[in-house]
Amino acid sequence: MNIKLIIKIAKSLLLARFKQTLVAAVGVTFSISMFIALLSFMAGLNDLLDGLLLNRTPHVRLYNEIQPNSNQPIYSQFDTNNTHNFIHSIKSTVSRQEIYNSEAIMRTLKKDQRIMGIAPKIITPVFFNDGAIDITGVVNGIEIQSEGKLFHFNEYVTAGEPADIERLSNSIILGKGLADQLLANLGDVVQVATINGERFPLRVVGFFQSGMQELDKTQSYASIATVQKLKEKPNNYITDIQIKLKDLAKAPQIAKDYARLFEIDAVDIQTANASFETGSFVRTLISYAVGVVLLIVAGFGIYNILNMMIYEKMNTIAILKATGFAGKDVQKIFLVIAMSIGFFGGLAGLILGFGLSAIIDQIPFETPSLPSVNTYPVSYNPTYYVIGAVFSLITTFLAGWFPSRKASKVDPVVIIRGK
Amino acid sequence: MSNITLEAKNITKYFHDPTTVKVLSDINFSVNKGDFVSITGKSGCGKSTLLYILSTMDTDYEGELWIDGESTVKRKEAELAKVRNEKIGFVFQFHYLLDEFSVLENVMMPGLKLGKYSPEEVENHAMEKLKMLGIENLALKPSNQISGGEKQRVAIARALINNPQIIMGDEPTGNLDQKNSQIVFEVFKQLAEEFKQTLLIVTHDQSFANRTHRIINMEDGKIIV
Repeated sequence: MNIKLIIKIAKSLLLARFKQTLVAAVGVTFSISMFIALLSFMAGLNDLLDGLLLNRTPHVRLYNEIQPNSNQPIYSQFDTNNTHNFIHSIKSTVSRQEIYNSEAIMRTLKKDQRIMGIAPKIITPVFFNDGAIDITGVVNGIEIQSEGKLFHFNEYVTAGEPADIERLSNSIILGKGLADQLLANLGDVVQVATINGERFPLRVVGFFQSGMQELDKTQSYASIATVQKLKEKPNNYITDIQIKLKDLAKAPQIAKDYARLFEIDAVDIQTANASFETGSFVRTLISYAVGVVLLIVAGFGIYNILNMMIYEKMNTIAILKATGFAGKDVQKIFLVIAMSIGFFGGLAGLILGFGLSAIIDQIPFETPSLPSVNTYPVSYNPTYYVIGAVFSLITTFLAGWFPSRKASKVDPVVIIRGK
Repeated sequence: MSNITLEAKNITKYFHDPTTVKVLSDINFSVNKGDFVSITGKSGCGKSTLLYILSTMDTDYEGELWIDGESTVKRKEAELAKVRNEKIGFVFQFHYLLDEFSVLENVMMPGLKLGKYSPEEVENHAMEKLKMLGIENLALKPSNQISGGEKQRVAIARALINNPQIIMGDEPTGNLDQKNSQIVFEVFKQLAEEFKQTLLIVTHDQSFANRTHRIINMEDGKIIV
């Protein structure tokens, strides 16, 4: 009952100064819509940049690191609890890079509920012979289906058919930069030499463009079988197992589990790309900071207008108090005014922000390094809309709080006698 | 239940700015139910100050104030607001209607605040009061589009809406011409005589005061008659 009356009075006061109210609401609308548009755009860009890396990076990678044996022979004679052993010139062992018992490991991984999928891989350094010069490069032996599904491989193949590397024997997809250096066209044959000196002719069936030039100058892709042939290894030979998880955040823990379980080296994406996360965090931080500043400015606008309104409406406040409205009721009236400016301004801001994002989404954005992107990236994450709505209410509440407290303290005697 | 509606005991007030001045000293009087009382005195004698203390809006004083058998000393601001809402009706020198609302809404406002009756009932009561004062035809007009005399009658209707124990007026005719003053006085008189409404009116208009039932004359912060 009382609330209804307070809202009714607030509404009348608002409508009496409709223009001022409108200006205040437009301030909120503007800042909220900018907040939404900015964050959506920033997040879209972040997702795109993250995608550049995340799409092609396994969340956990299992492999054998080349490193010195952690169990040196002397430790069996003198354990490190009682003695301190000095060993000079330790060398890394010539351990096999192959993952032992890879088929059993993959079977186990496929049963793990936390895992979205796995893709085996062989990484081997090679030389591409082009007349008199040798270009160092890397051939990745991949399973095209799982690679395409988990790491969006197909999106980065700009020419040719990715599946051809499995359909046609002795075929290869070259990085665009590498192909340019080799002057190789689709259908050409390139000479590949392994470290052992074996030479192989491989047919080019596609080009690959990742968006990172340095990568494109060295990387190439072939089927696992082709690479096994290249390395003269049996058909259970793989050097890497790439794991994609359902929840990225669990990667460090899962990597640790598998390292212990399979006695293998496991690296998670957070460790492997620490600097990358910092970058996207800072970008997000900046866009939030700008958004919040916009809202605070709008808050000051509301504060000013309410202050002015209270000076104008001193008589009204005095008469309300004289006829039995308590200070708290008066405060509520002005808070309702502030909050309704925040609510309606914020609502319009959310809609306008969505519209702005949609417009940005339509602006063409062509870049040779990102073949799969045609317009500016925009994220429509509802979280930003929720944050925008909550923030508009909080800011307007705070902006209304101080003037409304002032209004509640107006002494009716001073006003009524003063006239 | 005693017959006393309002009682002031030893009310003393000082103004502290710029220097401490005693504006009211040891005011003692009481108003009985149905009384039509006027407080008169020269400008600056403290009669308005006294009225604002009696109305509970000014709480910075010494002494005791009893309204309808309840002390108002040391009560919270919200409680005093409730007392004003329920038991006191106000008529000011300058009508003080809320310009944003219609005449009817102005009259209804304290009734809606009280919340004792439904909005429809409050509206009926408000129309009754307006009819009683002969201005029911103005009910739906915006309150800033009626004449000064009409405004003052609307203010009286608003003061009556919650059937208060007492109606207080601060120079209710001070800003009106002869004809409208006469009308307003007649309204007060009718309220006092027909409806046994208690009235306490501050005025410096001697002819107005002379026609009330009881005159309290003040000089230099003291009651002299």
